[in-house]
Amino acid sequence: MSLQLALFILFGAVAAISAVLMITRESPVISALFLILNFASLAGLYLTLNAQFIAVTQVIVYAGAIMVLFLFVIMLLKPEHEKFFSIHPKMKIFTFIIALIVFVQLVFMIVFSQTLKSSGPNLAASIKAGTIEEIGRQLYTNYILPFEAAGYLLLAATIGALVLAKKKFE
Amino acid sequence: MNIPIDYYLILSGFMFIVGVAGVLTRRNAIIVFMSVELMLNSANLTLVTFSSYLGNSVGQLFVFFVMTVAAAEAAVGLAIIIAMFRNKLTLNIDEINILKW
Repeated sequence: MSLQLALFILFGAVAAISAVLMITRESPVISALFLILNFASLAGLYLTLNAQFIAVTQVIVYAGAIMVLFLFVIMLLKPEHEKFFSIHPKMKIFTFIIALIVFVQLVFMIVFSQTLKSSGPNLAASIKAGTIEEIGRQLYTNYILPFEAAGYLLLAATIGALVLAKKKFE
Repeated sequence: MNIPIDYYLILSGFMFIVGVAGVLTRRNAIIVFMSVELMLNSANLTLVTFSSYLGNSVGQLFVFFVMTVAAAEAAVGLAIIIAMFRNKLTLNIDEINILKW
């Protein structure tokens, strides 16, 4: 068993189990902590795929900034317990059966598709594609317009969040 | 690069389905929102997988932009949830129906 396969099994198992635990826990704080674990193990998966820059960004932006915001809001609001407003158990079983059917369909399509079976993996190109040098070059040459648009989007989101959370609206 | 691409795609599909089940079964607005983040991340994993296996960095650029949009979405969405909680004192998305009449 190669190192990459071992790391994939480790991080993949942690990601899958923490995702399931995230949607089944009752307390929102524990759900958020499992989501952080899921994001951190995703960063490990990105490292096995030679995507160094994205792995670091995942830890800083997702597991750091966004989840701190979530935890902050959860502890600010202190919602009532979900037992008082959970949905009917039969509906839950129905949802899980539908989700299982869709997942089996997805696996069927992925396993029996022929799109990437022919193209051999190229390790050197893969490592080069993941470096911050290559991503930065693409970002400041071919994708400069979406980059600027992302900056304006963040500005608009900052102003929007301030306006929405500032005072009571009628 | 000696493990098949299918493994990553199946893991990503599994996480997406778990996110969908979370959105459909949970009634706490914050947990529904976190399930949406989980679905975004599973799509990110697919993009990085194809980017790495094809040796093309454009997929990772897309992940960068998805993270930007997710950060903006989290800020605005949580602000909306705070405003809703101030008005109705609940996080149950079945009771937040002021746009419906």
